[in-house]
Amino acid sequence: MGRYVVRRLLQMVPVFIGSTLLIFLMVNVMGDPVAGLCGERACDPGTAAQLRREFGLDQPVWQQYATYMGNVFTGDFGTAFNGQKVTELMSTAFPVTIRLTLVAIVLEIVIGITLGVVTGLRRGRPVDTGVLLGTLVVISVPTFVTGLLLQLLLGVRWGWIRPSVSPAAPVDELIVPGLVLASVSLAYVTRLTRTSIAENRRSDYVRTAVAKGLPRRRVVVRHLLRNSLIPVVTFIGTDIGALMGGAIVTERIFNIHGVGYQLYQGILRQNTQTVVGFVTVLVLVFLVANLVVDLLYAVLDPRIRYA
Amino acid sequence: MRGTALARWAAGAGGLALVATGCGGGTGGSVGTAVLSSSWGDPQNPLEPANTNEVQGGKVLDMIFRGLKRYNPRTAQAENWVARSVETTDSQNFTVRLKDWRFSNGEKVTARSFVDAWNYGASLRNNQKNAYFFGYIDGYDKVHPGSGTQSADTLSGLRVVDDHTFTVRLNQKFSGFPDTLGYAAFAPLPRAFFTHHAAWLDKPVGDGPYTIESYTKGSQMTLRKWDAYPGPDKARNGGVTLRVYTDNNTAYTDLMSGNLDLVDDIPAAQLKNVRSDLGNRYINTPAGIIQTIAFPHYDPGWNKPGSQKVRTGLSMAIDRKQITRTIFRGTRTPATDWTSPVLGLAGGYKPGLCGSACDYRPAEARKLIKEGGGIPGGQVRITYNADTGSHRQWVDAVCNSINNALGNGRACVGNPVGTYADYRNQIGQHKMTGPFRSGWQMDYPLIQDFLQPLYYTDASSNDGKWSNKDFDRLIDRANAETDRPRAMADFQKAEEVVRDDMAAIPLWYQNGSGGYSERLSDVALDPFSVPVYYAIKVS
Repeated sequence: MGRYVVRRLLQMVPVFIGSTLLIFLMVNVMGDPVAGLCGERACDPGTAAQLRREFGLDQPVWQQYATYMGNVFTGDFGTAFNGQKVTELMSTAFPVTIRLTLVAIVLEIVIGITLGVVTGLRRGRPVDTGVLLGTLVVISVPTFVTGLLLQLLLGVRWGWIRPSVSPAAPVDELIVPGLVLASVSLAYVTRLTRTSIAENRRSDYVRTAVAKGLPRRRVVVRHLLRNSLIPVVTFIGTDIGALMGGAIVTERIFNIHGVGYQLYQGILRQNTQTVVGFVTVLVLVFLVANLVVDLLYAVLDPRIRYA
Repeated sequence: MRGTALARWAAGAGGLALVATGCGGGTGGSVGTAVLSSSWGDPQNPLEPANTNEVQGGKVLDMIFRGLKRYNPRTAQAENWVARSVETTDSQNFTVRLKDWRFSNGEKVTARSFVDAWNYGASLRNNQKNAYFFGYIDGYDKVHPGSGTQSADTLSGLRVVDDHTFTVRLNQKFSGFPDTLGYAAFAPLPRAFFTHHAAWLDKPVGDGPYTIESYTKGSQMTLRKWDAYPGPDKARNGGVTLRVYTDNNTAYTDLMSGNLDLVDDIPAAQLKNVRSDLGNRYINTPAGIIQTIAFPHYDPGWNKPGSQKVRTGLSMAIDRKQITRTIFRGTRTPATDWTSPVLGLAGGYKPGLCGSACDYRPAEARKLIKEGGGIPGGQVRITYNADTGSHRQWVDAVCNSINNALGNGRACVGNPVGTYADYRNQIGQHKMTGPFRSGWQMDYPLIQDFLQPLYYTDASSNDGKWSNKDFDRLIDRANAETDRPRAMADFQKAEEVVRDDMAAIPLWYQNGSGGYSERLSDVALDPFSVPVYYAIKVS
């Protein structure tokens, strides 16, 4: 187990360096960010040169990357064009997005798995067909449509919620945005759980458990569900990263000032420091989430052992 | 959720009531104490006056700063504000006398507050993006050279005489100089700006009708009325809460649901229902913005004998009336000169100066383009940035109009660029091979600002590198002229030179648009399309 974790951690190093380098190059290919700083006119040459020098843009790209990575390892993610430290931007953006992601994940787990179990146990019944149709609709409608529709109905027509989230972004205001963010994944979780449950219901160990005379509840929760959750856990684990990085659309619709907002702003203003910094952290989140998922397998399925 | 929102609102109101009784001053009653909320965008630069060149940061500066002059929100005329007088006899040496004025931290506004601020703004090492505004002041080339390091720290043209007087010496005659002093870059700065810079940036302190109570960068700023404000334009509300919106559609939705009081940017998609949604709470007033199509005059294809005929022909092939009506729904007006209606006739605006060249005349357009040797390369590609505004819609419409007029479905296509920064980049490198979108928002309401920065040889925003000796000579003469009507006549003659060569095609004047909730009254937008916050009453 210990050796496995160490090996996985070592594998992360090249992945981390490769992905940050790619992002760095991609933002650089977009051209000179100083050009967009002076409104509808060119910056005067003196100021432009000075700004380039200060942001290190006058050096060759490989050197910029080396300096940047050197700074990152000392915890300095650079400064955004508006004079704020990128770490300062992160400290305001990440808590909000983490809260939103947690809300989304919780909704995914609670609603998705419940629906999956119910439909998996009642295959072919009206409940199953109904939920299946529902998930089909959710998967095929783009997130921004769901988001705008819910915002208009709940926020403006019926006045149940605030159409936009306040700057503090408390959890209760994040429920509807979280639902929108989770909607597509939620549908997938439902379907995955359903298939998995339906399949395992016919397996030997479930038959044995039933034959032993265990109560139905115990059979479903301890034996059936635990084994059926493996693909679902994989999905949810990789989804954490996707939700955090993919919240751009949802955050924009509900005016949430999280990671998606900072990334959007950073890309528009071609702010290398912001974009690379945030993506670096997202890459780390992805890698760690994947590792945790792999380790969870062993907990869920006693047959899996790591050496 | 509704409950918590209400509770929070009630708590806010309670706090305000306490403030009101604590100060016990002036207006009394409910008028003047209620706070309004307004949509905002994250300022692109730190909130230093000489470093703010976009409207979102400008909005804040307009509330917390007052300069020597202030532009009348209705007429756009520059009026003395902190200045008692700005006098000159030769249009080159100016004497500025100040009124008794204070910063909101109690410090006196003195001649030094201005001179220090201007020196800071001009100095190369401070990276101030509006530094070129000080370019007329003597000694600018020493503190802000085009390349290399600065050889002086202060502008030699500025001299403090006493607490209430300072003099300005320009490096050339410029009769319009006093009228430029209403621009935010010329605001005075308190000592704290220099001594505790980082703290000042977290919570800027100025000498305007509002003070900043709290500022959460990237999301919200709350401003409160400054009760001891010495000026005549005291705030008529208790304060303003500026909320950052990533998407103006969300701001509009919030206005509709009663969560927000004021939006100053109606999204293009909502223009068709805005009248039924808001009725007379929809504002649509002219702003000092003109949209044009600029040409790469450095490209030989666009700069040969007869090219001006091609450019004029293209201008005549654009049906401005139809496009402004259908796409912009009256939020833009077809342009008939190269300035803006907000200048007023006395300020140099001359409707119809463009003449028939700005009318839709397809037959004549075809003839002129043919005479001029046809479109270079056989196709016009109008470059624009696709990330903001609704540029795609109108560029496509302009191209359709050109194609229809010329009877050639491939005569004109749009050429989108992903981000604004990349778009500016391509323009700045002077590698454009065809016309490109160009928008100009005035810095100060002077005809000079619509001509010199855009068309003077090698001027800061002359992106097309157009150059004309007659134009330069007329501008120089107009700037040196002390008699205002004579100066205007010269500026307009220069504008005629632009017209005869069709240096850029004027498209339309842009309006500012906004909407407000039923709680507000006396809402208006100034010529810079910024809400006149101090005058707003909240019920």
